[in-house]
Amino acid sequence: MSISLKDRSLISIYDYTPEEICHILDIAEDFENNRLQNLLNGRVIASLFFEPSTRTRLSFETAIQLLGGNVIGFSSTAGTSLSKGESLKDTIMMVSSYADLIVMRNPVDGSARYASEVSKVPIINAGDGANQHPTQCLLDLYSIRKTQGTLENLEITMVGDLKYGRTVHSLVQAMCNFKAKFNFVSPVELKMPSTVIQYIKDAGLEYTEYTELNDVIPHSDIIYMTRVQRERFPDPLEYEKVKNSYILRNEMLENSKPNCRILHPLPRVNEIHTDVDENPKAYYFQQAQNGLFVRQALIAAILGLK
Amino acid sequence: MDKRKELIVSAIENGTVIDHIPADKVFEVIKILGLEHSKNSVYFGTNLDSKKYGKKGIIKISEKYFEPEDINKIALVAPTASLIEIKDFEVVKKQSIEIPNHIESFVKCFNPNCVTNKESVPTKFKVVKEEGKIKLKCHYCEKYTRQNNIEFI
Repeated sequence: MSISLKDRSLISIYDYTPEEICHILDIAEDFENNRLQNLLNGRVIASLFFEPSTRTRLSFETAIQLLGGNVIGFSSTAGTSLSKGESLKDTIMMVSSYADLIVMRNPVDGSARYASEVSKVPIINAGDGANQHPTQCLLDLYSIRKTQGTLENLEITMVGDLKYGRTVHSLVQAMCNFKAKFNFVSPVELKMPSTVIQYIKDAGLEYTEYTELNDVIPHSDIIYMTRVQRERFPDPLEYEKVKNSYILRNEMLENSKPNCRILHPLPRVNEIHTDVDENPKAYYFQQAQNGLFVRQALIAAILGLK
Repeated sequence: MDKRKELIVSAIENGTVIDHIPADKVFEVIKILGLEHSKNSVYFGTNLDSKKYGKKGIIKISEKYFEPEDINKIALVAPTASLIEIKDFEVVKKQSIEIPNHIESFVKCFNPNCVTNKESVPTKFKVVKEEGKIKLKCHYCEKYTRQNNIEFI
């Protein structure tokens, strides 16, 4: 059976089956080999960023332009009718009568799902508050598959803020489809939430929790680093105690597997030392670039052009 | 001495009896069903002896039969309750309350940053049963509202 994602919004990574995820990754691979494909032929895509974003917005807008489309929208709500108190519903209804597809980032949790219920055209969620950021998840999956040659049976180590990091939650749940083994390295204050752990248990998969990073490096296929933010700690002393425990340095990778790759959703602050950047196992900048191909693939698939 | 045997809460001719309400949930059930504003006769009792539960509450409402949506509301605070429909002083229907799989519009999402708390959007939840307790997964923000945080709109 052929897979079609035409006219379907992407709000949460769980909206897609594992087959549909792989379908998008296959299309993204095609764009990586040939990124200039004039498929949109002047169609209009709305890029509605109700809060600032650098990478996600630029990569979506670049994707649209490389596909030969036009972008309308805003990168903050200042100067729009939203600052006059217009409801999200009215904004979406209005924009969906102009554009063929809406890419939306909004600081309110659940706003993207709601937008998809009132919009006449499909919505791609570019982040709804602390909830979902499915295109980040897809580009993480693309990066994992590209560097490992498969998504199946990998050992994935996640490091840093596992409690609040929405990217790690979505990635764990997506990787549960592919029989991953998980290692979680975090301070006790920022452990993986029980709802995510339950998901792994329900999938019958293994996970181990650590507080030390060094122990897990030698057997990891992927090391997914995240930022430990000072403001997450109620007691600043606790932050001072752990802040250097979750910094990856080049010498720590000495005994890592040859296929091991370092991922990070970016922006990085200091959790990956700059001396790692030159290591061929550092993959975070290519990872960010992969976001472009994945977003091209999504736009083309949802508009029924691929 | 005369042992008086009579119903502590009066019998009704037509209407609904909600029995086996946890004793401490009677006032909550009254509030959820909006019975304090009801024009019908409403009788209730609480801390009554129950063979099954030790203590229980009971509510009787004359000339009123409930819609499934109202029954669902009761299920969230009084899952042990049973619903009895009375016609001409006779029991015509008796059913225990079942926790629904989905609920809409009458419970608030616990997440203050949820779109349902920011815009005029009716709430929708999937009911998740876990170790005898329930929690509600928001259709929009995907966060859980636990049983002890349930607040009715």
